[in-house]
Amino acid sequence: MVEPAAEGKPRAKVEVRDLTIRYGAKAALANASFEIRENEIFGIVGPAGSGKTSFLRVLNRMDQFVPEMETEGQVLIDGNDIDRWRNLYALRRRIGVVFPLPVGLPLSVYDNVALSPRLSGVRKKVDLDVIVERCLTRAALWDEVKDRLDSLGSLLSGGQQQRLTIARALSQDPDLLLLDEFSIAVDPVTTMRIEDVLKDLRDEMTIVLVTNLVQQAARLADRTAFFLTGELVEVGETEALFGGKSEDERTRGYLAGRFG
Amino acid sequence: MSSRDPGQAAALDRRDLAWYVDKLAQILVFIGGISGIILILGIFVFIGSEGLPFIVSKLNIGEFFTSPLWRPTSEANPTYGILALMAGTASVTGLAMVVAVPFSLGAAIYIAEFARGRTREVLKVLVEMLAAIPSVVWGFIGLSIMNPVIIKLFNVPVGLNVLNAGFILGLMAAPIMTTIAEDALKAVPEGYREAAEAMGATRWQVVRNVVLPAAKSGLVAAVLLGVGRGFGETMAVLMASGHSINLPTSPFDSVRALTATIAAELGETAVGSDHYRVLFTLGILLFLVTFVINLTADLVVRGIGKK
Ligand SMILES: Nc1ncnc2c1ncn2[C@@H]1O[C@H](COP(=O)(O)OP(=O)(O)O)[C@@H](O)[C@H]1O
Ligand SMILES: [Mg+2]
Repeated sequence: MVEPAAEGKPRAKVEVRDLTIRYGAKAALANASFEIRENEIFGIVGPAGSGKTSFLRVLNRMDQFVPEMETEGQVLIDGNDIDRWRNLYALRRRIGVVFPLPVGLPLSVYDNVALSPRLSGVRKKVDLDVIVERCLTRAALWDEVKDRLDSLGSLLSGGQQQRLTIARALSQDPDLLLLDEFSIAVDPVTTMRIEDVLKDLRDEMTIVLVTNLVQQAARLADRTAFFLTGELVEVGETEALFGGKSEDERTRGYLAGRFG
Repeated sequence: MSSRDPGQAAALDRRDLAWYVDKLAQILVFIGGISGIILILGIFVFIGSEGLPFIVSKLNIGEFFTSPLWRPTSEANPTYGILALMAGTASVTGLAMVVAVPFSLGAAIYIAEFARGRTREVLKVLVEMLAAIPSVVWGFIGLSIMNPVIIKLFNVPVGLNVLNAGFILGLMAAPIMTTIAEDALKAVPEGYREAAEAMGATRWQVVRNVVLPAAKSGLVAAVLLGVGRGFGETMAVLMASGHSINLPTSPFDSVRALTATIAAELGETAVGSDHYRVLFTLGILLFLVTFVINLTADLVVRGIGKK
């Protein structure tokens, strides 16, 4: 199978077909089929243990870190089955990931952001400088760290580290950005700043936003999926879903804050 | 905490079983801890008292460190120069590290970062088994296997030399260094690896760019402890080095190590003689060097916490 040529952004459409994720005998997600469209913010909401993180892991094939994890079905990115991608690393380079708890790598702020470009062969300092400044600026962090680029990334505050991880994800120049409950360890002001960043990024990439805050999905997502204990209950336009017009009683109940 | 009712105050003050058990446990633990310290101090005082009077009154410090002539048993003119012995120890330890560092770091990286499941468990057990081989067995391997191999391979008259002892010592230090280095790698949080790998870094890129820098001080400590191990090793070096006094100019020269000298000669000296005391002086020297190496390793490890 030929890997798609890197031309003509924006792209990254995700098709999920009959996806089942299992840990041993237990299904973390069963028979889910849906589509994530190009350049949309796709929200995924649902209570803890619904399979949201497991789904994200499948998307960039990080399942190898969990030996007992098995998947069935198909996930296609731009029409290509991710299981048949010959160069796994090339697939992952197209996908930026932001974890629930910020992971500032034990490197300087600069090197955190420069790591990915370096790994893909950018060597010149001037080029790296440009990338680092651009990504940090876009992650709304540049002004706060421009004087301490050489200090350890792990010394930044939690909110700053989370923006650093976003800058790092952007340094990959991704087509697809996955965010897993990014605001869990971040103060409300920073959360709002990151939300603004995401709105701008929508023009350039497809964003999958897993969130524990129903209101965050309401604010940002074009369409939203509701996962409940391994079942994809519903996918729809966010406005329709949140307008109380959902046909499913469980969706209405969860979104209204009656459980979860 | 003021109680106005005296009855209640007395009740609060009553010592129950748990109180006594706690006191007893504290005392036992204290004895255990303090006896270790006393033992170490005792050893130091003993070695010091046997060696110090000689150092102060008779030893020619200049000759001691700069003369390659070690002739403690000469009737007419005994000389106590340890330059050759230090050169022996240094050359053997140095070569040992050349062998052990790549071996042990490679093994540690493989076990910690690449091996999975059963392979990893089997390897870890094997490394631990290697670490448990007594040094006299290593010496025996040097004597009976490495010796003829070196003679054949390099066409030299004797195979008991720096090369033999260094190689043997390297193999001997490698398992412990591997274990310590692997611990250092394991201490790097899994989240770092996952984050880097999610970016599309290959496993080797993750190891090189993230894990190794993060584990740096632990790895340096592993190497330093290996050096300390090599420095203090006696039996294997005694058997494999040829035990002849030489300032080595090539790996095929036989040498004698500080430790081996003490081991071989102490039994033949009269207690209280100059020879006896100079051997204790060597002991003090070894003690100090090993102490400095271990202290450095310790400081390096603590360096992690400060950053
Ligand atoms: N490594 C694992 N081993 C076994 N079960 C797991 C593992 N990770 C997640 N699960 C299970 O899979 C289900 C979905 O988990 P997850 O995808 O983390 O949900 P969410 O992100 O929505 O909270 C949960 O029931 C969880 O217990
Ligand atoms: Mg989760």
